[in-house]
Amino acid sequence: MNEMYLKFLSRSENEIFARNVVAAFALPLNPTLDELSDVKTAVSEAVTNCIVHGYRGSEGWILLKCKTEGDFLHIEISDDGRGIEDVEQALTPFYTTLPDEERSGMGFTIMQTFMTAFSVQSEAGKGTKVRMSKQFGAKATEDAR
Amino acid sequence: MRTQSARMGDSLYIYLTGELDECTVSRAREEADNAIDRSTGCSRAIFNLAGVRFMDSTGIGFLIGRYKKLQRYGMRMYLENPNPDADKILSLSGVYSLMPKL
Ligand SMILES: Nc1ncnc2c1ncn2[C@@H]1O[C@H](COP(=O)(O)OP(=O)(O)OP(=O)(O)O)[C@@H](O)[C@H]1O
Ligand SMILES: [Mg+2]
Repeated sequence: MNEMYLKFLSRSENEIFARNVVAAFALPLNPTLDELSDVKTAVSEAVTNCIVHGYRGSEGWILLKCKTEGDFLHIEISDDGRGIEDVEQALTPFYTTLPDEERSGMGFTIMQTFMTAFSVQSEAGKGTKVRMSKQFGAKATEDAR
Repeated sequence: MRTQSARMGDSLYIYLTGELDECTVSRAREEADNAIDRSTGCSRAIFNLAGVRFMDSTGIGFLIGRYKKLQRYGMRMYLENPNPDADKILSLSGVYSLMPKL
């Protein structure tokens, strides 16, 4: 088991940094390139949401926690921004509160599809926390059956 | 992120290279839109994604935004050569029904 914490400002140039840090942290679990790409995309989605929705362009802290456990990588990404009024509605594919800014409302759907486990906890005015996990080798195990 | 464009016959080709995310999208948007605005006489735009090493939902929003702009010019839009990772989120988000893959 290994663990790490990272706290960074809600600037979009930190997105590439955040997703690459998580990918590097996951390397000892021997992920396939596909699995690594899924994780990077999911991290990018969560961090983008903190920046564009949580803080809406103002500056705030984003907290990224990662933990490995067996063949699992657990990730937690949180902000102290505006939060989400109706989480269930936010999870609906194509639902976005920023259609005028060329948002497609696919972020949460991508996180759910690409990761093994996913959950969101949010309170309006307080912030949002996304938890997701990826099991590496899950597909190989399935294929072998 | 780099955007290059070329005209061939009545087709406008837009080549995207790099990582397409929230940090890089505004520049890509500006450059792609400039190319589209200069493409009078073209009937279609083909976005070549071979050089896109990374893309998230911000990229989906970017493509749909360009699709809407092209529609106002009466131009059709197509996608070409996405890598398997890009292909996965493009398929998931259903954009191929708007902009077919060549
Ligand atoms: N960290 C957050 N803070 C506040 N609101 C959020 C946060 N993350 C998501 N939301 C809300 O949930 C909605 C859905 O998020 P999702 O990522 O699925 O789509 P999007 O960000 O609007 O569009 P896309 O991800 O396709 O660019 C957002 O429009 C926003 O209203
Ligand atoms: Mg999003």
